[in-house]
Amino acid sequence: MSIVIIKYNAGNIQSVLYALERVGVTATVTDNVEAIQAADKVIFPGVGEASTAIAYLKERNLDQLILNLKQPVLGICLGMQLMCAYSEENETSCLGIFEEQVKLFKPTDGSIKVPQMGWNNITHLKTDLFKGVDENSYTYFVHGYYAALGKHTIATTNYVQPYSSALHKDNFYGVQFHPEKSATVGAQIIQNFIHL
Amino acid sequence: MLTKRIIPCLDIKDGRTVKGINFEQIRDAGDPIELGAFYAEQGADELVFLDITATVEKRKTLSELVNKIAQRINIPFTVGGGIKTEEDVSILLQNGADKISINTAAFLDPTIIHRFAKNFGSQCVVLAIDAKCEEDNNWYVYLNGGRTKTDKLVTDWAKEAVDLGVGEILLTSMNHDGTKQGFALDITAELAARLPVPIIASGGGGNAQHFLEVFTHGKADAALAASIFHYKEVAIPDLKQYLHQQGVSIRL
Repeated sequence: MSIVIIKYNAGNIQSVLYALERVGVTATVTDNVEAIQAADKVIFPGVGEASTAIAYLKERNLDQLILNLKQPVLGICLGMQLMCAYSEENETSCLGIFEEQVKLFKPTDGSIKVPQMGWNNITHLKTDLFKGVDENSYTYFVHGYYAALGKHTIATTNYVQPYSSALHKDNFYGVQFHPEKSATVGAQIIQNFIHL
Repeated sequence: MLTKRIIPCLDIKDGRTVKGINFEQIRDAGDPIELGAFYAEQGADELVFLDITATVEKRKTLSELVNKIAQRINIPFTVGGGIKTEEDVSILLQNGADKISINTAAFLDPTIIHRFAKNFGSQCVVLAIDAKCEEDNNWYVYLNGGRTKTDKLVTDWAKEAVDLGVGEILLTSMNHDGTKQGFALDITAELAARLPVPIIASGGGGNAQHFLEVFTHGKADAALAASIFHYKEVAIPDLKQYLHQQGVSIRL
């Protein structure tokens, strides 16, 4: 089993590597096209800002590479948002794998803070990515933008309003939360992805 | 629903946890990794590791320690203590820390807040404020681990820092710290109401009811404590169960 983490200018990759190690898998971090294409599973992490990340991917043709991958791909946090059609964050056109739009949280109640930071529950869980994960399990989130609900939604979380905390289409999966930081629930999701 | 967070704090000196620790389950009580892992299993929502190592030469030990913590711990953690430059932050984040906490260095040169937020994102920049309520009934900012008084009001400094880009504020009341008589509710609530970032309350937590009060009256997003967890005076599972029963949104 070969797992590759796409190397680019975003993300806390070390935590993802260690989370994989904790479930017994060694991953490689690379931006090498052949290595990414040959991998059994590809992880697309990301913490940062959408337009900078997309520009970086495009410059290196990594956008086309990701779009053409046939093996299971997991986008995490910004990685998932970049797989959507469009992000309000600096009006960025993204990869368009998921039609869902990425929007800024706009709470009307001043006591609700943006970004959302902390543990929130995930509901309406679908697909084998959440096999063995209970409805309402808690995962760790840090984000100011969210993907709207849509036909690719496979997990829903409520903050300001219900939104997509996970998306799925064909071989592409995305999670808004950080499975690598979400205790045993996150470890289960990572393990499920490896076994897809 | 987003939950309130319970955060144990570990003080580190030369790679070891300082302050007495009273855990039989842990093989090596002084080992911050073992202790952190134990808290994570117990349901802690995040951890804070505060390096109180005095000398610059010992800084390398910290990044190695952070790497080992990241290897083992499956919840988010913040690292603080003596962080001054982008390079300090970069090394800690690359080794797996999720957030860094700054205090005196940010006060002396507030531009580092902006630079850190721009380079690494606001979400990973925590501003720690040591606050003391003086006789004039105002809360003032203290520096250097509480040894140096400033004339700056806590509310002003917090607002300024948020404008510069800090993503979270860790507020320690020096009046309450170590007393186990409860958190500073008023100043916590004031910051929570005024600022658009999460507030972590610290100092004074002695029992479960104090945590309930800081989440309800104090409007805190998270509460931090050290010795009551280390000495098993409050067990995290019991604390979280109690808060849940009292209607606080909490991760069980």
